[in-house]
Amino acid sequence: MSLDVRSETKVNWVGAAKLVDPQVSIRFGALFVAENRIRNMIKWWASILAFGIGNPSLYLLSIGIGVGTLVDSSLGPDAIDGVSYLTFLAPALLATAGIQGAMDEVTWPTLEGFVWDRTFFSMNSTAITGKQIVDGIMLAAMARCVIQVFMYELCLLAFGAITWESIPILLLVSTTAGFGFAAIMLGLSASIKDDDGMFALIGRFVITPMFMFSGTFYPITSMPIYLQWIGWISPQWHATNLGRAMSYGMPIESWLLYVHWGLMLVMAVIGITWSHRIFVKRLAK
Amino acid sequence: MPKEAVKKVLPEAMITATELTKKYGDFVAVDGVNFTVRRGESFGLLGPNGAGKSTTMKMIAATSQRTGGDLVILGKDPNTQGPEIRAHLGVVPQQDNLDRELKVWENLMVYGRYFGLSRKWLKGKIEELLEFAQLVEKRNNKTEELSGGMKRRLTIARGLINEPEILLLDEPTTGLDPQARHILWDRLFRLKEQGVTLVITTHYMDEAEQLCDRLMVMDKGKIMAEGSPAELIKKYSSKEVLEVRFGSENNIVVAEKLKGIGERLEVLPDRILVYAQSGEKCLEQIVKLGLEPVTSLVRRSSLEDVFLRLTGRTLVE
Repeated sequence: MSLDVRSETKVNWVGAAKLVDPQVSIRFGALFVAENRIRNMIKWWASILAFGIGNPSLYLLSIGIGVGTLVDSSLGPDAIDGVSYLTFLAPALLATAGIQGAMDEVTWPTLEGFVWDRTFFSMNSTAITGKQIVDGIMLAAMARCVIQVFMYELCLLAFGAITWESIPILLLVSTTAGFGFAAIMLGLSASIKDDDGMFALIGRFVITPMFMFSGTFYPITSMPIYLQWIGWISPQWHATNLGRAMSYGMPIESWLLYVHWGLMLVMAVIGITWSHRIFVKRLAK
Repeated sequence: MPKEAVKKVLPEAMITATELTKKYGDFVAVDGVNFTVRRGESFGLLGPNGAGKSTTMKMIAATSQRTGGDLVILGKDPNTQGPEIRAHLGVVPQQDNLDRELKVWENLMVYGRYFGLSRKWLKGKIEELLEFAQLVEKRNNKTEELSGGMKRRLTIARGLINEPEILLLDEPTTGLDPQARHILWDRLFRLKEQGVTLVITTHYMDEAEQLCDRLMVMDKGKIMAEGSPAELIKKYSSKEVLEVRFGSENNIVVAEKLKGIGERLEVLPDRILVYAQSGEKCLEQIVKLGLEPVTSLVRRSSLEDVFLRLTGRTLVE
């Protein structure tokens, strides 16, 4: 493209004093950040859709139906908690989808915002604050989480693993688990100076054990006691247990319901408070 | 002139720094600087790396809090009213921080949205700014497909989306080729003509001379000098400078023999600078001494000479 040095182009100028009301950004800044994140997310819609539909389909075919048929044929169609293996498995798979979907939105994009593209610094050069960036990212992560869990639910519904009635509560439980875990991961991601393999380590030593030892494929009580603690501190187990209790009525102590909700919400509060502090500090450097 | 009359003549102060200080632990990045920038002015911060100009810029941008002194921007305190101030600023950072995933026009759209501007209004403004930045043909390209100069122009266009009262430019042309630099200077000059207040940090003296009405030379966090480019040259340098080269190994020895020629001598590793009212006369005196420089050049004094005088260092090191 040739450049015309003599171009007479001028810009119209009302001036920010008349044009921009700072209170709009002060009130709705987090929504503007979420809008940007969602715009970015749309660029990846095909991957998100493929992951949202493809992943559950593969899981349901291989584990749910494959292993499920084996379990059901050995122990009967209502062998675990009085329901089929597929129904038993469904809340755990939804919790995983919620956690994974939300996590994808807070890990690499955070490194991108602070290190690679430094887009968080450009946001912060406007009226947007560090806290609003955190809130906006979490809002967008929740939007992704809801979409991904809902797609998963439709697959589970098609396979007869859940009922229409259980869709809203399972959506809420899985999204809350995603929210709590993503909040902690956002703080952690914002603390990383550069990608030095930290996310790979987290994947191998946090996500995978959490998925394997949180009562996903069998009740947590089936595991040796020295492994059960992994489930107790994992949002995956709390969401799974809660989902099972609230969808097909798995027997559960009432106080445990409060513990499940409480732990996920406490994770969210701690994670967001931590993220707020780190974002504000890092953006001021 | 009575004080009341002065108030009427001077445009309003957009930025006022009083004993402005920034410390990181024991390290003092900005050490009690005082300056005022008035509406419509083009104000330059000049200095080498580590001088404190980018730190000063971050405090003016209301993203980094001062640790001492006072700073008033657009009548507000950046330590407590950061978002209110930033809503009316335009910022062009040293390092382009465009969103690679988004198209050129989308980068302008999302940035405008951060100011709470409506999509409808932004659509018109984006077309205008793409025209201004000569990026109309690239509107649907991703930013990673743009050249360095195009990215810089887009970053400047982005900084104008809210029609800022003050545009902050941190080393706007670093890394650009001469043609791209001239285009940017032209665009910035047009903005200045439209009354936009500019605050610019730069390594480049020619850029400072082209764009700035007034300059503040900084080194080690302190102000070394302040004034218009012409004032600084007049105050801290001579009318002309004679540059002579005798070979890098001989310069120091020859400089001893040149004492008394011109107003002042500066010995650099590759050349000797003779500051004088007439460079030609000095050259004649040198030749009369029987010395034959490998090369010689007589030129007008520049801001580089001012900086060398004030800090003992060249600007780009």
